[in-house]
Order: sequence, then structure tokens, then C-alpha cells
Amino acid sequence: MELDIIEEKDLKMGKANQEVFAETLEGLAAADRDIIAVTSDSRGSGKLVPFGRKFPSQIVEVGIAEQNLVGVAAGLASAGKKAFAVSPACFLTARSLEQIKNDIAYSDNPVTLVGISAGVSYGALGTTHHSLHDFAVLRAINNMMIVAPADNFETEQAVRFAAALNKPVYLRFGKKAMPFLNESNQEFEFGKGRIVREGDDLTIIATGETVYPAWQAAKLLEDTHGVRATVVSMHTVKPLDTELLDTIISGGKPIITVEEHMVNGGLGEACASHLFQKGARNPFQLIGIPDEYTVTGSQVEIFNHYGISQEGIANQAKVLLKINQ
Amino acid sequence: MTDRELKLKSVLLRKNLLKYIYKAKAGHTGGSLSCIDILNVLYNRVLKVDPANFRTPDRDRYIQSKGHSVEALFVTLADRGFFPESDLETLCQYQSHYIGHPTRKVNGVEQNTGALGHGLPICVGEAIAAKLDNKEHRIFTLLGDGELPEGSNWEAILSAAHYKLDNLYAVLDNNKQQITGSNSEVMNTDSVREKLEAFGWAVKEVDGHNLEELETALNNGQFEKGKPNFIIAHTTKGKGVSYMEGVIKWHHGVPSAEQFELAQKELDEAGALI
Repeated sequence: MELDIIEEKDLKMGKANQEVFAETLEGLAAADRDIIAVTSDSRGSGKLVPFGRKFPSQIVEVGIAEQNLVGVAAGLASAGKKAFAVSPACFLTARSLEQIKNDIAYSDNPVTLVGISAGVSYGALGTTHHSLHDFAVLRAINNMMIVAPADNFETEQAVRFAAALNKPVYLRFGKKAMPFLNESNQEFEFGKGRIVREGDDLTIIATGETVYPAWQAAKLLEDTHGVRATVVSMHTVKPLDTELLDTIISGGKPIITVEEHMVNGGLGEACASHLFQKGARNPFQLIGIPDEYTVTGSQVEIFNHYGISQEGIANQAKVLLKINQ
Repeated sequence: MTDRELKLKSVLLRKNLLKYIYKAKAGHTGGSLSCIDILNVLYNRVLKVDPANFRTPDRDRYIQSKGHSVEALFVTLADRGFFPESDLETLCQYQSHYIGHPTRKVNGVEQNTGALGHGLPICVGEAIAAKLDNKEHRIFTLLGDGELPEGSNWEAILSAAHYKLDNLYAVLDNNKQQITGSNSEVMNTDSVREKLEAFGWAVKEVDGHNLEELETALNNGQFEKGKPNFIIAHTTKGKGVSYMEGVIKWHHGVPSAEQFELAQKELDEAGALI
């Protein structure tokens, strides 16, 4: 695929992915009475207030009770409804993990779990409100797909795919406005990484809201050192696009993974596991939130602190490429 | 089926569940014996379900929240023709779908349960869906009294009343014991009736081994319009086998050969008196 070469100033700014989720769901609900949003006093943060006004019989409020949120969604799905259980990712994937494991995944009730304000979106609200564990815990549950869209295009596609999927899936959204990362690549499929920038010198594999700083890092590397990086939006963390990983290995070039998740058990370790078992010898660096008491601050401050940023990712690339600063 | 035949069925189901627990050398014996009369009435007098076309959308739902008593469920389903009883020869064996808790791999099982406090929230979702679609079918769950301390139950109890789910029927197998001891020692859940009524449910109490009382409570429609229905079925753990009744060790005790023979003999004698 030949992608257009895009300057950063040309990137069209979009909305927060969770806003696009709500708008897309509203569109789907208008045509399909079986679409039901289930909320735990979370319709405001899930941008579902207009949805609730328009389709009062298609929203089920359970109050602040996340275990019941997921159990009720399972029951709705079992009865043939297309249930979207919407709650902050931190609570959804921790408080109700047993309901996710048993009532959704094990019982195969086709609920779409929607984790909003994911990762460190809530920034200074602190660790209680961060979800840096969700990829890890859900990766360890059979029959659970994990999708973290990078931009508004991927978000809309992911919501549409989830509504049609009839299988359990976890969608993870942040609350920060995201640019459209590459409008010349309009291909989206669960389980298939989307290439948003092409180059031959290294590959940066990112997911969710970290694809944008990965894209920026690739741009910086090209502008300052003439180094060209491929940037993959690995929106589907599980099942992982191992076919794409195999093509990335073949050149032997450096690979960097980036995620808004703890380094334990997330995208990076999933990629590393596959790469190592395939005998890859590519220089490899995993970027994420380290296993420590998370620094306090806004999302961008936390990102900068841990190198999930244009500079931070570019610097790691230079280390792998043995480029002197 | 006549009332007498229904009573004989309870005896047969008790004999069967003991047979398969004895064979598998595993099972929740006491709790299965306490709830078997409830299951007998549900499957033979109450539930509109078709073993040959189980997944029809308008079927009544029965979700067994107290998944531990799976042996009671399996023998009842087998007896109703959901699968050949001989399948239960594989209970708890390698690669069998007939394991120690209900799974949907078995025809007739609605949900994979076993972790406690999960049945009622799922029933709330099923009941809301039925209301949204103006369906007439009813939603039933069986709760163990030992699982009442699970917080998820109370989340679901709140929401069932909030949504006025009078199509939802929760039956409590109130055998008053759990693995560690009596409920009142482990975690006091006394005054269940008052608690449920305060949460907005309509409550009835029955003798959980009296088939007529169970049928009357379950088959005469909603207790009160706009309120979910709660049936406290007073039961005895290990009911029907003299040396098991009310004895904690039979929570998941497996009888020896002699004990098994004695239990079968006692049940045969009880059947002869019906």
C-alpha cells in the first residue's frame, strides 16, 4: 500500500474517540431497536446524554454498580439485545472482572464492553481512576477481543464492527481529541493492524491514544535524521495481528512498541512473546507505564514523564538505531 | 403427571443425583438434596421449555445462581429429556461437558454459573429485555442462602425493583447452612423477608419440600403488580437421607458404598409410602 505523505499541519483534528463512539452508537440505535446502552451513572462521561434523550427505551441505567452493569448486559445479550456496557475502564475491567470472565466471555454472551476515559485519561484523579491493567487481565481471558482505536476513523469502524460481531469485545477509548492519522488508509478490520505511516528503517507499533505520539516521533525522526519509520496502529491487542508482525520481523529492523498501559502484560509483551518465539533478532524496545507508583499529573504530563511522547519515542528509536543524539 | 407421580419423581431425582455423585466421587450433595424439590416443580409444572428446541426466544428462563448444586439440575434436565441420562456417567470426567457447575455446553443450561452472586444480575437483564419486547415469558433463578452476602445480589435486587420486574422470580433455597457452618454463624442473613420487602420486592414463604406449596407460589402469576417476586423456600440440607439432613459435612461429602446403599434404601422406602 502506498500511503500519502502527510505533514503534521495537514492532520485534520477530530474529536475525542469516546464522543465518536457515542455518536456512532446513536446512529446505529436509530436503525436497530435492539441496540441497548447500559450505563452505571456514566452516561455523561460516556457522552450518551443525547442518546438517552433520543432513545429512552434503549438505555438501561443501573446506577453505580458495575458488577450488576455487566451481569445485566449479559442477560440482555442472552435475550438477543446488542448490549453496550459503558463505564470508565478503570471500574469496568477491575470491579466487574469476574462478571466479564464468567457472564460475558465464558458464557459467550455477545456484549460490547466499552471502557471510557481509559489508561491515564483521568490524569490527576490518580491511580483509582487509571486503567493500566485492562489489556493484561482481559488478554488472560478466553473469548475476549480487545480493541483500542487510535483515531475517530478507527473508532467509528470499531463500534460498527462490534455491533455486527455478535461476540464479546472490549473497546477502549480515551477522552482527548485525536487527529485523523491517515485518511489515505481507510481500511479497518478487527485483528488487522492499520499502517498509518510507512518507512523502511524501523517500525513503531502503538495502540489507542499512543499512536499519535508514535506518528509524531516518526515525523521528527524523518525531519531531523532522515530516518523513515513505519507506524502501525495495532488497534486490536487481541487477537494480535501476527501476520503483520511476521512481515515486520523479516527486515530485521528495530521494533518499538508503545502503549498507555503498564509494561506488564500489554501490547508490548504480546508482541515480544510472538517475536521471540519466531526467532526474531530485531532490536526491540517496549514503551509504556513502568511497574511503579504512577507519577501524578495530567495525561500529557504522565506521557511525557514516561517517554510516551514524540521526543521520548524518537529518542528510543535513536538508541536502537545507534544514532548519536 | 399426577401429583403422586410428581412426588415419586422427587424420590427418583434424589436417588439419581446421589448415584452420579457417588460414581463421580464428587458433588454438592447436601445442597442438591435441599433444592431438588424446587427443581422438580419448576421443570415438571412451571417452566415453559422444550427440550427438543431449547433455544426458542420465548421460552421461560431458569438460571441457576447456586451453580454448586449442578447435580440436582443435571438429573432434572436428563429426566425431562434434555439429554440422555447415560451422559451423566461421565460426570466430572476428562473432556466431559458434565462438570461440577452448569455450562451451556449442556442442552438446557441457560448460563455458565458457579461463581456465586451472578445469576440474579443476568436475570435482571433477561427480564428487562422481555419487558422491552412485550414478551410474556418469565425469568426464574435459584439462589442459595449462602450466596446472599455477595454484594452483586443486592445490586441486582435494587435494580429489579427499580425496573418493576414482576416477570422475575427468585427462589431462595433457604437450607440455613453453608460449608463453614450455619448461615447465622458465618454471616447473618436473617430477616430476609423484611430485607427484600424493604428493597421493594413481593415476598412469599413456602415449605421448600412441599410440592403443592411450591407450585402454588410459582404458578399463580406475579405476587404484586410492578414488583419482582421472591420466594423463600424453607428447606433442609441433605433432605431425604436421614444421616445427611442438617449435617454440615454433607455439603460436599460423598457417600461410601455402605452409606450410598443406605441412602438408596431409605429413599425406596419413602417412595413406597407415597
